[in-house]
Amino acid sequence: MAAVNDIVIRIATVNGTGSASANGLLTKAIFRMGVPVVGKNFFPSNIQGLPTWYEIRVTGDGYQSRSNRTDLMVAMNAQTYAKDMAEVTPGGWLLYDSTWPRSQLLNRTDITVLGIPFSKICNERFEGVRTRILLKNIAYVGAIAALLDLDLDVITELLEETFGEKKHLVASNMEAIRLGYDYVKENFSCPLPARVEPMDATEDQIVIDGNTAAALGCVYAGATVGAWYPITPSTSLMDAFRSFCAKYRVDPETDKRTYAIIQAEDELAAIGMVLGATWMGARAFTPTSGPGISLMTESIGLAYYAELPAVIFNVQRTGPSTGMPTRTQQADILSCAYASHGDTKHVLLFPADPAECFTTAVQAFDLAERLQTPVMVLSDLDIGMNDWVVPAFEWDESYVPDRGKVLSAEDLEKVDSFYRYLDIDGDGIPYRTLPGVHPKGSYFTRGSGHTKLGRYTEDGDEYQDVMDRLLVKWETARSLVPEPEIQYSKFNKAAILTVGSGNGACKEALDRLSSKNIGLNYCRVRAFPFSESVKGFIEKHEVVYVVEQNRDAQLKTLLILDSGADPAKLVSLLHYNGVPLNAGFVVERVCEEIAKGRAA
Amino acid sequence: MSYISKPQVTHPGLPRNRLGLAQRDYEGAVSTLCAGCGHDSVTAAIIQAVFELDIEPHRLAKMSGIGCSSKTPTYFVSESHGFNAVHGRMPSVTTGANAANRELQYIGVSGDGDSLSIGVGQFVHAIRRNLNMAYIIENNGVYGLTKGQFSASADIGSKPKKGLPNQQEPIDPVSTALSLGATYIGRSFSGDKDQLVPMIKGAFLHDGFALVDVISPCVTFNDHEGSTKSYAHTRQFYHHVVDMDFIPPAEEIKASYDEGSAMPIELHGGSKIVLRKVDKQYDPTSRAKAFKYLREHFNAGEIITGLLYINEGRPSMHDLMGNVDTPLAHLPLDSLRPSEGELARILKGYR
Repeated sequence: MAAVNDIVIRIATVNGTGSASANGLLTKAIFRMGVPVVGKNFFPSNIQGLPTWYEIRVTGDGYQSRSNRTDLMVAMNAQTYAKDMAEVTPGGWLLYDSTWPRSQLLNRTDITVLGIPFSKICNERFEGVRTRILLKNIAYVGAIAALLDLDLDVITELLEETFGEKKHLVASNMEAIRLGYDYVKENFSCPLPARVEPMDATEDQIVIDGNTAAALGCVYAGATVGAWYPITPSTSLMDAFRSFCAKYRVDPETDKRTYAIIQAEDELAAIGMVLGATWMGARAFTPTSGPGISLMTESIGLAYYAELPAVIFNVQRTGPSTGMPTRTQQADILSCAYASHGDTKHVLLFPADPAECFTTAVQAFDLAERLQTPVMVLSDLDIGMNDWVVPAFEWDESYVPDRGKVLSAEDLEKVDSFYRYLDIDGDGIPYRTLPGVHPKGSYFTRGSGHTKLGRYTEDGDEYQDVMDRLLVKWETARSLVPEPEIQYSKFNKAAILTVGSGNGACKEALDRLSSKNIGLNYCRVRAFPFSESVKGFIEKHEVVYVVEQNRDAQLKTLLILDSGADPAKLVSLLHYNGVPLNAGFVVERVCEEIAKGRAA
Repeated sequence: MSYISKPQVTHPGLPRNRLGLAQRDYEGAVSTLCAGCGHDSVTAAIIQAVFELDIEPHRLAKMSGIGCSSKTPTYFVSESHGFNAVHGRMPSVTTGANAANRELQYIGVSGDGDSLSIGVGQFVHAIRRNLNMAYIIENNGVYGLTKGQFSASADIGSKPKKGLPNQQEPIDPVSTALSLGATYIGRSFSGDKDQLVPMIKGAFLHDGFALVDVISPCVTFNDHEGSTKSYAHTRQFYHHVVDMDFIPPAEEIKASYDEGSAMPIELHGGSKIVLRKVDKQYDPTSRAKAFKYLREHFNAGEIITGLLYINEGRPSMHDLMGNVDTPLAHLPLDSLRPSEGELARILKGYR
């Protein structure tokens, strides 16, 4: 049940009406009051006119996932009113635009319905259809501010930061907020029992989405070439990279750029461009989503076999096929792990939130160059496009990039001859040269069969020699990728294992289970191949609940394939309806399994 | 697959270029293509062009996709870096390579299957970006490695060895490139080295996308009677409309040219080409007129060759993007990061 600093607000609007700004303003206002908050956007694959929802979870406890409650429904969309009303948790509140009457038949007696004539009061005060629509949405911010006791000074401050010199916009927005605020104050008793009380829990935190964070990571990693084809939900990653580059990568004197962003004709070309650029020694990347990965697959195999670095961000969305482009999922784990025909496997990194998107982006470039292979960062729509409260990123100025085994002109001067695919160090990673550096460094990069000397071959033994050495490299990768996050409780029979954006919901579930006296251990894998500690963790337990957001238990499959985990121990808890995971689902499913007699 | 290696010795009396290298030094592995393949003649022309341009072998990037033509980069300039990409994707790999390092010379060797069927999307978009590269299409109208299927450049009515004549409209790389705004477009014939070598040299030095479409007959699958890409058919129907001479930087134009037919053009970097118009009416600087001329003569069954269009005025990819002169791949990573403490300032915007 809702309480102080524990409230879920769900705002139902029509997309394309400026509600995103209003919702962002609300989220930030609560954050600025020092209270942790979770923002989740549920939006259609559409430009204008379809229903859209934004959920704000005020969580004094600092949880990171969504809750499956709705304490305060802001039902601004008549089209979805019935559904929205039905969703309110008993004891909750519903706020609607009472300019037009709503059917009494829909009324519920277990919730409080508050009617505010938003359209009427805004139409009386403002001119112009567009302005009225936009400011009606800002007016509900005022109404919520009154109901939840939000600080109007904080809201004013945020508007001033947003509009800057455009003082008339600050004034009109503030006026709309006042209209909503004053109406609520005059007509209802405020604040609600569930209200926001200032805290100081967000001081060193920021509100950011994963795509922006990953883009910033690319800037700090020194990426110079970004090739991409627009696709939801990864597009904002390149948009953010472009705006950071416009600020930090343009020579103020010559106006010339130290970056190339190439909008490719398709993902087939985007990955080709990345490979051409990394072949030349640049740090290059491409952001995409599932359908893009499908198209890139052939070239990912080329990169694996010709041993070229590449960083690919897969901001996963709901598949298969076009699927639901604006919904989240983790259903590309297997297709990425083994992308391409022939024997291939690829390094995957799984950030859990925007803070990890920043650090993982940098790690991805280091690993790709160290291992001379594609590295895929598997984020998802929930991480990539939603606003998360995370600790402010830090940058270690002593960071030294790992450029891997690249021979310089001086190195080549000293050697008699250079052969591209020899395993000189025994770690399965050969030395490479960059084109144009030194005459001795020349070799032929090819996806056709080659010998360890880099020459074309159709000889079985010579071919197999290289394929076997790639397996040695795979084991080196296992030792270099990030370790899992592991937590032990006082009990040691059962555990939850998850990946990526499952982290927030699972950690909250652990707390809730613990309050029911069910203690579970926890492992969040952060990379594929799985390090030895993942294998060790599974071995220690009688049962491991594998929580993932896809239908086919892809993470579990991968654990069995790569870490030799005993399939009998792994129990799948699968959530794949396109909506971000919530703790309630995990708690419920674990309790069901325990009721069936599984170990706890 | 080369079973025979070439002798490593170069005769001391052979002529050498300004780098002190003989033409032999620009050769590659022994060709494994069929004896008489037009592609081997194109390879020889590339070797001569690179030798005469004094290009340092390791400063040349040889790019290709998949197919008979795409095998040929192994057969020239063995001291260069080569990249044999997947089928039809050479243009994108070259785009990325060039984006990262604008200082190297890029040559892409492709075929009519690689560029006009599976890779047609990448071919046209590389043109749109005005990627600075020499793009050679070894055009024989047929798939060789899979044994004789028509490609997208096969002419209507052209007969295969077996089966029915082609009925689909061909894609002509020259008129396609013209319509897309390529800035250097030539067509030649593998059997016409005098025309081909200066055309390739010009393609290297042109700043932008330079297409050289070479009719390069397939002796095994498309050299029979009834084929419109055979040696006999090409010899019978091809016409020079614009010939060209290549003049290296700092050299004077010495030959005497007919008034009205010679057209000197200065290339990026100071070289010149002199176009010699065989047909005085032809205007290689007008896309519209060139297109009309080509279409009319194509309809009459003629194969028009020469440097058919040139535009030295359009900026190439890096200039369109406004990039620094230093190759992006050579910029030190620490110069690419915001200054110390800047991260905190950036993150203030997310408070």
